[in-house]
Order: sequence, then C-alpha cells, then structure tokens
Amino acid sequence: MSEFRMPSLGADMEDGVLVEWLKQAGEAVSRGDIIAVVETQKGAIEIEIFEAGTIERLLVDPGTRVPVGAPLALVRGAGEPARPAVAEATPPMPKSEPAPAPAAPSRPVARPIEARPSEATRDRTSPAARQLAAVRGIALAGLVGTGPGGAIVRADVERALAKTGAPTPRRGIDPGEMRKAIAAAMARSNREIPHYYLTHQVDVTATLAWLEALNAGRQPPERLLLAPLLLKAVALTLRDFPEFNGHFVENAFRPSAEIHIGTAIAIRGGGLVAPAIHDANIKHLDELMAALRDLVARTRAGRLRSSELFDPTVTVSSLGDRGVDGLLGVIYPPQVALVGFGTPASRPWVVGDRIGPRMVMTASLAADHRASDGHRGALFLLAVARRLQEPEGL
Amino acid sequence: MSAAGMVQTTYREAVRAAIRAALKADERVFLMGEDVGRYGGCYAVSKGLLAEFGPERIRDTPLSEAAFVGAGIGAALGGMRPIVEIMTVNFSLLALDQIVNTAATLLHMSGGQFNVPVVIRMATGAGRQLAAQHSHSLEGWYAHVPGLKVLAPATLADARGMLATALEDPNPVIIFEHVMLYNMAGELTADAGAVPIDKAAVRRLGRDVTLIGYGGTLGKALEAATALAADGIEAEVVDLRTLRPLDTATIVASVARTRRAVVVDEGWRTGGLSAEISALIMEHAFWELDAPVGRVCTAEVPIPYPRHLEQAALPQPAAIVAAVRATLGR
Amino acid sequence: MPDSTKPRLTHAHLIELLRQMLRIRRFEEKCVELYSAEKIRGFLHVYIGEEAVAVGVMQSLAPGDAAVATYREHGHALARGVAMGPLMAEMYGKKEGCSRGRGGSMHVFDAATRFYGGNAIVGGGLPLAIGLALADKMRGRENITACFFGEGAVAEGEFHESLNLAALWQLPVLFICENNLYAMGTALALSESETDIHAKAQSYRIPSEAVDGMDVIAVEAAARRAVAAIRAGGGPRFLECRTYRFRAHSMFDAELYRDKAEVEVWKKRGPILRFTEWLKSNGMLHDTEVTGIEAEVSAEVDSAVVFAEAGNWEPVEDLTRYVLAEKRA
Repeated sequence: MSEFRMPSLGADMEDGVLVEWLKQAGEAVSRGDIIAVVETQKGAIEIEIFEAGTIERLLVDPGTRVPVGAPLALVRGAGEPARPAVAEATPPMPKSEPAPAPAAPSRPVARPIEARPSEATRDRTSPAARQLAAVRGIALAGLVGTGPGGAIVRADVERALAKTGAPTPRRGIDPGEMRKAIAAAMARSNREIPHYYLTHQVDVTATLAWLEALNAGRQPPERLLLAPLLLKAVALTLRDFPEFNGHFVENAFRPSAEIHIGTAIAIRGGGLVAPAIHDANIKHLDELMAALRDLVARTRAGRLRSSELFDPTVTVSSLGDRGVDGLLGVIYPPQVALVGFGTPASRPWVVGDRIGPRMVMTASLAADHRASDGHRGALFLLAVARRLQEPEGL
Repeated sequence: MSAAGMVQTTYREAVRAAIRAALKADERVFLMGEDVGRYGGCYAVSKGLLAEFGPERIRDTPLSEAAFVGAGIGAALGGMRPIVEIMTVNFSLLALDQIVNTAATLLHMSGGQFNVPVVIRMATGAGRQLAAQHSHSLEGWYAHVPGLKVLAPATLADARGMLATALEDPNPVIIFEHVMLYNMAGELTADAGAVPIDKAAVRRLGRDVTLIGYGGTLGKALEAATALAADGIEAEVVDLRTLRPLDTATIVASVARTRRAVVVDEGWRTGGLSAEISALIMEHAFWELDAPVGRVCTAEVPIPYPRHLEQAALPQPAAIVAAVRATLGR
Repeated sequence: MPDSTKPRLTHAHLIELLRQMLRIRRFEEKCVELYSAEKIRGFLHVYIGEEAVAVGVMQSLAPGDAAVATYREHGHALARGVAMGPLMAEMYGKKEGCSRGRGGSMHVFDAATRFYGGNAIVGGGLPLAIGLALADKMRGRENITACFFGEGAVAEGEFHESLNLAALWQLPVLFICENNLYAMGTALALSESETDIHAKAQSYRIPSEAVDGMDVIAVEAAARRAVAAIRAGGGPRFLECRTYRFRAHSMFDAELYRDKAEVEVWKKRGPILRFTEWLKSNGMLHDTEVTGIEAEVSAEVDSAVVFAEAGNWEPVEDLTRYVLAEKRA
C-alpha cells in the first residue's frame, strides 16, 4: 500500500485545494493517469499518478486545502492483496481550519528603556583615539579635541600621554616609569579580569631532538632557539581559537583577524615589556627567530616602536633556561590570554608501558573568563602541545 | 633608465601600442567593435591597425552590441583571445545581458568547465560635453558582478601594460579608459610592457589623509594633494587600478597610516563604488580612523551638456580639498 | 562513405532514432515524477513532444561540432551524447552532475561533447553560438555550431543581431528554431507580426527551410542538407522545426492559455507514436523490438536515478570555487 501525496509543482507552491477526484475508490489506475484536479495560485492543475494499482481509499474531500507532501489517497499496488475489512483507522485529513492563535507571552515583554546620555551632549571621540586611550588606560574626559567639530582624535590622546609622562616608547625606557606602568596595568588586570588557569605537561623530547638536528648544520648566528617554535605553535593554534586572540574593550570582546604575539622580554635593571611580533602565524621559524633577536636588542636599547607595544593580541611568556617548571601569568589588558612555557627538564615519564627519562615542559594558559571558558581553554592548550610535538609542521 | 630609453607618448598611443603588441605576440588575438577599422576607432585608438593587420583581425562590426560582445565571448570559448571594443560604457548597456548573464556566469554555472578569456575595452566618463547618453561612469556596476575583473588604467604605463596581462588572464576582463585621458602626454620607457593587474598603487606618499581614486579621478586627486601640500597637509594618493577585485590590503594599510580617507569617484554616490570602498574601510580599519570617510562623487544628475553645468556635476580638485579639510577639522 | 546529406534508412539507424527519442521521453517522464516528489527543484522544462527535433538534428553533427541550447535542453544533451547518469545528477544538484550540480535543469554543460548549455536567457545563446563559429572559421577548423532556440527568441533583438552578423561574416552556424507555438503562454500570433519564422531568416539572406518537427526523418534530412551546405563554406543555414510541447511550459503551469483539445490533436501526431506506426506498417519494427528497447531504456533511466541518488552534495566550502578560473585553461 502506498500513499498518493499532494505533489510539489513549484518551489513557491506550499499547498493546494483539492477540487475534484477523477478516480474513485476501487478504480484501477495506471502510471500517468490524471486522478485529481488541484487549485493553486496559478489556476487548476491536473495531477497525475506515477504508479499502477487500485485506489484503496480517498483521504481528502474536495474543497480541502492540503499542504504539499500530505497524503491524498491510498493506492494498492498491482498484485498487492486487498486491504482487510477491519483496518486501523487512518485519520482523515483535517479540513482547513484557522491556525491556532499564538500563545500569549508568559510575561510582559515591555521593559523600561534605560536612560542613555543624549547624543547631542556626548563628546565626539574618533575610533582611533578610543582605541589608544583604552589600551593605555587614559581617561578621555577632560581631553581637548582638535579633530572635526572638536572631536578627540588619536593625536590628542598621544599629547595627553606625553604630558602625563606615561612611557612613550620613542624615548627609551625609564625604569621608574616602567615599574609604575607595570603596576598600573597588572593591578588593573587583577582588578578587572576574571582569570582562570590551566596547565599541561608536554613531552618535548622529539621537538628538542629535531631542533638539535636542524641546528647541527648551522652556524651559531643562524641557529634556532626553542622560543620561535613556541610562538609559532601558539600563533597557528590561535587561528582555530579566536576567543583567545584580541582585545576586551568597552565591555565586549573583539577578536582580532591578525595574530600579533606580545613576547615577554625582561629588561636588565628590572622591568618587563611584551612587544609584538606581528603576524606571527605567517612568519617562518627563521623569520620569527630574527624578529625575536631584533626585539630583544631593541628592547634593551630602549628603541621599541609604539605599534609593537600597543598591537599585541595575545602574550607568550617563556622562561627559557631560567629553571623553574612553570608560570601562571597575569594577562596584559586589554588582551584576554597569556600562554606560559616553563623550562624543559628531564623527568621520569611513562612511554608505552615503561618509565624512562624524557624532556618535559609545562605549558600554561591564563585566560579571561569574560571571553572564553575552561573547556575551550583546555582544547586550545592541548592543540598547542600537539603542534609543538610535530615541529616539522611549524 | 637613461633619457635615451624614454619615449614621448600619449595615453591613446600607449593603448594602441598595447593592442599592436598583443596582435603581434599571439595570432589568436583580434580586435572587433564598431568603427575600429576603416574609421580608426571612435577615439582614434585603433587608427592604422587595419592597414597593418587586415580586416580579419581588425573587424568592423554592425551596431549590434549584444551580438558582437556575445560573439567575442563565444570566440573566447572557441579558443581565440578577442579584444572587443565598445564605444562607450553607455552603449555597453545594450550588451549587459551577454556580459553579466553569460561571460560572468559560465565558469561557475558549468561547474568549472568553461572559462571565458575575453577582454572588453570601453570608454567611460565625462568632460567632453557629450551630454547624458555618452558621459556616464558605470564601471561600478560591472565591479558589482562576481566572475568579472574590472580595470581602470589611469597612467601611461597602465594604458600600455594592462592589456597584455588581461589577455593572459583566463577570466573575462573589462578595461575602462577615461575619455579625458586619451590626450594625456608623457614619457614611457621604450621597453614598457605588461604590468600586474591585482594591486592598487600608492601614487603619492603622505601622512595626513588618504585620497582614493582611479581612472579619470586620479589626476584630480593628485592635483588636490599638491594644493593641500602648500598648506602643510600631506595627502597620500592611492590609485585603485583594479576595481574588481579591489585591493583591500593596500587601501586599509594606507588608511591605517593616515587615519583619514576621502574617496574620489566619478560615479554617482548612491549605491556606488565609493560606497563600497567606504564600507571596506569601516570593516577593516574602523578603529584606526580619526574622522568619518569622506566622498567626492558626481552630482546625482544625468550629465548635462553645457560646460559649466558638466564641470559643476563632476568631482573637482577644490571639492576634494574641501573634503580633506573636513576630515581634518581645519 | 554514405552520402552525408541523406538519412541512412537502414534498419539499425531507424531503430537508433526510435531508441534516442524514447530515452528522452522516459528521462523526462522520470524528471516530472521526481519533481513532484521534490527531488528536483527550481524550474523544470521538459521536452516531451519535441524529441524528433533534437534527435534528428544531432544525427547531422560531427564530434568536433558545438551545440548551444536553451533551458529546455535535456533532450539535446542526451541526443548529443551527455551520459544520462551525470545529467540526472545535475537535475538533483549533485556534485557528480555534468555541471557539478551548479546549474540544475536549465544549465547543462559538457566540455567533452562541446555542449555549451543550458542558456536560460531567451535569445542569449545566439551571440554565443556565432562567436564559437567565428573562432572555428578564423582558426580554419571545419566545425559548425548548432544553435537551438524557441520561437519566443525571435522577438528578441539578439536574434536579429546574430542572424545579421552570421550572414554578414558567413559563419558556420546552423540555427534551429523549435517553433512550439507558445512562448510560455503567449501564442505565436500574439507576439509576431510575421508568423512564418523561416521567412525572417531569408530577410538576412540566410537560406532557410521549414520542416515538420514531429517527423524525425524529415528533421534529420533537412539538417543533413543544411550542415553539408555550411561545411562546404556556404555560410549559415536556418531550420524552422514546427513542433509542439505536450506538457506544460514548466511544472507550475495550469495551461490556461490553450485548449486541451488542441493538445490532443497534436498528441496524435506525436513523433514517437507516428514513427513507431510508420516503422511497423513498413515491416521494419516488431513488438518484441519495442519491448526490448523500452526495457533497455527503463534500465538506463533507473540506473541514472540510482547514480543521482548516490551522488554527493558539493561541500559548502567550494561555494566560491570557479567564480574566477583557478588556472589557465
């Protein structure tokens, strides 16, 4: 037994009104017979059947509106036995009825509109100025605008920064000012950012062996350190985890299309900066190594560019050979994540079913709970570890 | 390059040299269009080519834009490399069906089987008092259509070099030549040849604002930049060169440096190319901006005949200067 | 080598003509069924009633020739040699379709048989066809281009521009007007001041002929004559094939514009019906042969459906592939 259904005669046909049956129950039909007439938006159309058999039962009375795909009749195939007299009741198609009224909302949806400052009295500030002020923690109120219509533009913020004596990268580094800036940024971070922390131990034996083999054929200035591998692994992984790459500004997380990694560099005489290596995801390891050497030299000479200080979208802090197992970082606002790497050390490790010495490194993630959750953080950290263990892909 | 390596030429001669070089380099190349042969081309671009290459390869056509543009598309499918000339962009509307419904769709619609390596050249723009049916700048319409590449050479080097690259391209390429450029004279290296067609060019460096123009508006943008420099305002000038696909990276990099942008387009403002560029800047450089993106476009009227009204309708250096000052607040 | 200007009236050839028409008929019937079941979507225009035109004309073409058709082109594709499986998969929109599923019913393309669509702008295929012919002529190749269009296209400017240019440049094009009397729902007499379409071609000095488009032998004979003249360097030719579609314009069409009685009259002249009767009355076809062909065609249609059903949807990541060519062709 099969169902003869309301056919679909066009993408814009949703239903049709059965006007007339041209075959009745008990009549034989063959493929191609016209068995009904249906009224559509485009007029009456004759409907054919695509199988042979006998009409067992008509399910819809003329005058009924029927949706596309709904059964119109039951057809007994040729050779199929007749239906037993006592059949389970097939509910007839309902006649067209008005659609039920939508349920009343369970509670009123109207809410008082929150008062907002009128646009007319709001100070104009350019997007570029807002961005710089947010990154550097400068209050816009009280600044004098020199842009169109008195708008505060980026140059006005820069002037204010120069006046307040905040460290401007073009003028070298003053250790006292730097300490103040670190204090302000880190205090803000701990005050505003709900941090969560994850750690993971990574077997980097093969990675270090790969690096050693690579360096064996190179002169000292061309040799790679582990650091560019760490940067590249993080950068490549971030492409799949945008919630860790970007800025949290004005109560919203804004992911960044570019991946600029702030690389924590300690300064002799105290202090720390994390200037950006731009577009780390598309730089080769050798380029990253060169960029890193260049940054370290210029940081120590106090010759960083402003873009390097303000552009990072994430920070990587690596302890290098300073000997502790790991670190849990403080996120540099308005970034939302900091990835830390401890010093690789030889540790007893289970490989297969044996214990042997392996080089193990602790990777950590400090992330902003406003922008991401621990589950994604864990996936991210595991993915970084996996990439590190396959250095050929970096 | 020494002075001996430079030749004095015009935009018209540069386009003609490009066509001649293409005809010599590849026997599949031929030129067809209204009055390209005996008449020498509506703007005299193809003058002399009939005598040199004969009527098989310099084909005069009837006034049947749909048929000869479609024939160019069909010939490209059949293995030729046709250069189809349409007198002006206004007339190309009679062939819009073939360009938009056929040339631009065939490759995608056939699942990658049939690409259409045709090049269609046409004149565009106002300034010669040709009134409302010969003066419009509709290149933005073509730049709207996926499947097409759209070029607007604004310099002698691009007039000389873009055609060869367009003929090498497997896709339909439309080249817009602004009518006011044909007489532009200057020097070109004797060995000038093919140039890339996938990058915009920074024609002037500056730190305060980015002027974005193409084709007929490039010269006006440069003129405005010179005037602004006298007042200590340094405008960077970007020549789009290719209107589809747009070189977003170059536009955004420049605006990120200058923090301000003014788009200069001889098309109308509403729904036009300038709107697209402004939107691109919003999408990619919003946080870099110190001012709203400015636009200098043609007044929203059909181009009128009298000279004073025509000039009033078009983007002019003074309006560009004013738009720049507005973005700077001074 | 037999005379290429005359149909070969051998038993094998006649049976082949019948088989080709039946392949189209049964394929189209299956398409209607699958459309009703929502397997095929979009617009579906079937060729039922007009099979003799495509089958007859395609007999006259050589492998290197090109064909340009309209949105009612399934029959042309089958008769030209596009395999039924990929054609059905195209109806479904599957990746295995002859246009990768990108075109659907109205946009069948096939590079292997030089089948250039599947053009759904009425009249839009004519300029394309003369361009293909121009390329062949300029390259000194002997190919011709067959361009099919309905009588509705005759009202378009592209028709007149293309005929003029083809005649002016003496291009190797065979224009085939499939005059089925209705442009969608508009009768010929309501849209043309001159309803004798083949006379229009003569006004461009293109030799033309009107043939009974319901008679596959007559169509083949006329097409062979025309193609021979074109290949001999005689410039374009024009065939008006007078035919009729038995079904609606597309699926969603109540046929308010024509009488059922008129349809019935034409059905009695149906190309398959009349050809079968003629073959039988001349003792060239037996009932067992018909049964055999029908079984074979039915199996081909069934396996085309199986092929289409088993096909894959193109990954959404490929959406923007082939907007621009990935490399030089």
